[in-house]
Amino acid sequence: MISQLSWKIGGQQGEGVESTDRIFSTALNRLGYYLYGYRHFSSRIKGGHTNNKIRISTKPIRAISDDLDILVAFDQESIDLNAGELRPGGVVVADAKFAPTIPEGVEARLFAVPITAIAEELGTSLMKNMVASGASWGLLGLPMEVFNKAVEEEFGRKGPAIVEKNIEAVRRGAEFVLEQAGGPLDEFKLEDADGKQKLFMIGNEAMALGCVAAGCRLMAAYPITPASEIMEYLIKKLPKFGGTVVQTEDEIAAVTMAIGANYAGVRTMTASAGPGLSLMMEAIGLSGMTETPLLIVDTQRGGPSTGLPTKQEQSDINALIYGTHGEIPKLVVAPSTIEECFYDMIEGFNIAEQYQIPVIIATDLQLSLGKQTAEALDYDKIVINRGKLLNGELPANEENRLFKRYELTEDGVSPRVIPGMKNGIHHVTGVEHDQEGRPSENALNREKMMDKRLGKISELRVTNAIKADAPNANPDLLIIAMGSTGGTIEEARTRLTAEGIKTNHVMVRQMHPFPSELLKPHLDAAKKVVVLENNATGQLANLIKQNNGYHDKIRNLLKYDGTPFLPSEIHKACKELN
Amino acid sequence: MATFKEFRNNVKPNWCPGCGDFSVQAAIQRAAANVGLEPEQLAVISGIGCSGRISGYINAYGLHGIHGRSLPIAQGVKLANRELTVIASGGDGDGFAIGMGHTVHAIRRNLDMTYIVMDNQIYGLTKGQTSPRSAEGFKTKSTPEGSIESTLSPLEIALSAGATFVAQSFSSDLKQLTTLIEEGLKHKGFSLINVFSPCVTFNKVNTYDWFKENIVNLEQFPDYDPSNRIAAMTKIMETNGMVTGLIYQNKERKAYDEMIVGFKEEGLAKQNLQLSREDFDKLLTEFK
Ligand SMILES: Cc1ncc(C[n+]2csc(CCOP(=O)(O)OP(=O)(O)O)c2C)c(N)n1
Ligand code: SF4
Ligand SMILES: [Mg+2]
Repeated sequence: MISQLSWKIGGQQGEGVESTDRIFSTALNRLGYYLYGYRHFSSRIKGGHTNNKIRISTKPIRAISDDLDILVAFDQESIDLNAGELRPGGVVVADAKFAPTIPEGVEARLFAVPITAIAEELGTSLMKNMVASGASWGLLGLPMEVFNKAVEEEFGRKGPAIVEKNIEAVRRGAEFVLEQAGGPLDEFKLEDADGKQKLFMIGNEAMALGCVAAGCRLMAAYPITPASEIMEYLIKKLPKFGGTVVQTEDEIAAVTMAIGANYAGVRTMTASAGPGLSLMMEAIGLSGMTETPLLIVDTQRGGPSTGLPTKQEQSDINALIYGTHGEIPKLVVAPSTIEECFYDMIEGFNIAEQYQIPVIIATDLQLSLGKQTAEALDYDKIVINRGKLLNGELPANEENRLFKRYELTEDGVSPRVIPGMKNGIHHVTGVEHDQEGRPSENALNREKMMDKRLGKISELRVTNAIKADAPNANPDLLIIAMGSTGGTIEEARTRLTAEGIKTNHVMVRQMHPFPSELLKPHLDAAKKVVVLENNATGQLANLIKQNNGYHDKIRNLLKYDGTPFLPSEIHKACKELN
Repeated sequence: MATFKEFRNNVKPNWCPGCGDFSVQAAIQRAAANVGLEPEQLAVISGIGCSGRISGYINAYGLHGIHGRSLPIAQGVKLANRELTVIASGGDGDGFAIGMGHTVHAIRRNLDMTYIVMDNQIYGLTKGQTSPRSAEGFKTKSTPEGSIESTLSPLEIALSAGATFVAQSFSSDLKQLTTLIEEGLKHKGFSLINVFSPCVTFNKVNTYDWFKENIVNLEQFPDYDPSNRIAAMTKIMETNGMVTGLIYQNKERKAYDEMIVGFKEEGLAKQNLQLSREDFDKLLTEFK
């Protein structure tokens, strides 16, 4: 019995790779397994090799694996490109249609299943996905009823005849492969999962759900990979809660519409990726200058320019922190788990209103799109705090005076009113202004207002601004990272520990303002520091150097080929750097 | 009920004496009072330019944003609170150069709001460069040999973009301008009002006298039917874009905010944001 296994499906884009993965993993989720997925895809809709990989485990996992146990291939290219990943004794399930062969030097068992032929016999080659996932399920020897139930749910809307056909396809796929293999494969017999129902989602869905929970009721956005799922989810859900999504003409419209709506009192967000964020920069400054709450999600992908639009990267950090001209208060947070994707939206919206600042939540492609098991999300942690937003009746202003929307206060945050409120009229402008919002070039006022705005965030720290796992008082290595890489680092650390290398691990979540005081003790304690990131220039490492120093201790571990780190890569590099 | 005086504030505009924008300011204040608004029910969202300062000169909620973006900001305000009356405004550069993309799409989208452009055929604030509204051959700081680009016709563009309300006026004709703004505010959908608003400092060609000579007031055509889109297009072309009055109105098409499924009359900003436990659990089921 094994406690974990890796499975991959490959084929041409548009050929059913996605749906095979979806149905297979949904059924696994029903059984209570922990799952972690990785999508390899490109911007083409039809054609071009694509593959989805999932890791199945009885214990929580948050990383893709180095190797592979089962490869399902719709074409020879999928075998040629991916067979190298197979561990010795791995299995290839391939469509008999193309007379599959295993490349030289790869030790794997091949099952040629007439995937297309069975599907066509049952009516349409579209059912290839069902035959393929049925064959996979069969090899694992998992209960068929659970799989059939998932199929029923997927096709229920299309009527019982379709459901039946698909179940038949699944059965035939399983039957054929089991006949060849002589029954389920012992070496792939998974231990039972705990049977508890888990959430299985992508980071974008977790964030979109977080928006709904946070009371966000409007979204303005322009489609872009890998952010679009946030918009798609909210298009489906917001109308149920009175809200709506506007697909704007560009990202400048998206962000400024969000600013207008936040100004008028509705929690509103936009989401994009690097190119869109670049377009939003001027408007982010408007939000900072006018102290209008704003929440933006940046799902980082490979840059610069169009870069690698469907690939992993963490290279927007500099742009997010420094991108806007002039100096404004803002918060930049990088969630490091799927659960944080959810909770950070709630906290992000709260902070945007409590501090009246733009908040940027920066994920990376793997966190946004990798489908994975999430722990139960806690309703009781959904708390909405709108800060100094006033409601009820306001006292009349003195003759010829306006509401002091930018009143100088001790904490720098001023009371806020929204249009429509009597006695609340004030001016809002991106021009430097006085306490009533009226333009002012007075030098003293300018200093006061700059200090007010920038001072607001001096002590702002989000929940778990850094997350540390520091079992060693003086570790040989301190590994620092951000975003989706934490789980992979954990696997590498286990291997390092086994070899006697002592490591501590810190995930930095708050990128700006930088929580240097929280990081300092960890830096002090470590003999060497490795900063691991998916970019070419070491943006996080530079942030640490800028804020904390320790230039002599810090080493870069960079990967910018578009793929996420593997545990073995981190393991090897850390050993070398130690 | 508020009078136009209540829409005044004590801020002295920094416009040059004689600038057309003063009359636009007065017309907005009068129109707002005439349609029965209270100051707090009105939000004026403006762009950047001499004209963009207007939101600071009206006693109402006002936001002076960034160059070319008054329309998306204003649409955000309207979506957040349908109970507000929303005016976006700015210059010809703001709306027809840097913000042209938004203008076309705001017209298509057709939210219930009014857009007032102060069209002086030049960039005032940056001290006299050419604008998309400048005539061919027009000499400015940025076109010392005369502009070699053709003049943009915002009214034609508006009609082809699906506008439901297109009007044009002249800042000297306070009566017509006020009436048109009132009509625009009452129109259920997006109303575009382009206002010839002379820049006395930098535009020595398109002066008050020049406009008086060249404007073609629709009053001269008692049979003109503003519901006829083809006639509207023809009239704009015949007059080389110099026609003033209510040029086109489509009362049939519903505003965007009325077409959003399930969108309530009550401003979203006033609705409860808290999610119930049942709703949350229901949302989670989809991921199981
Ligand atoms: C992004 C950006 N680019 C340029 C400017 C400089 N700028 C301010 S107003 C303006 C043009 C003003 O012309 P118009 O919109 O016609 O307004 P007017 O001053 O004529 O009323 C320009 C180019 C700016 N503020 N922002
Ligand atoms: S420069 Fe022209 S547009 Fe600007 S205030 Fe003076 S007259 Fe008006
Ligand atoms: Mg102008």
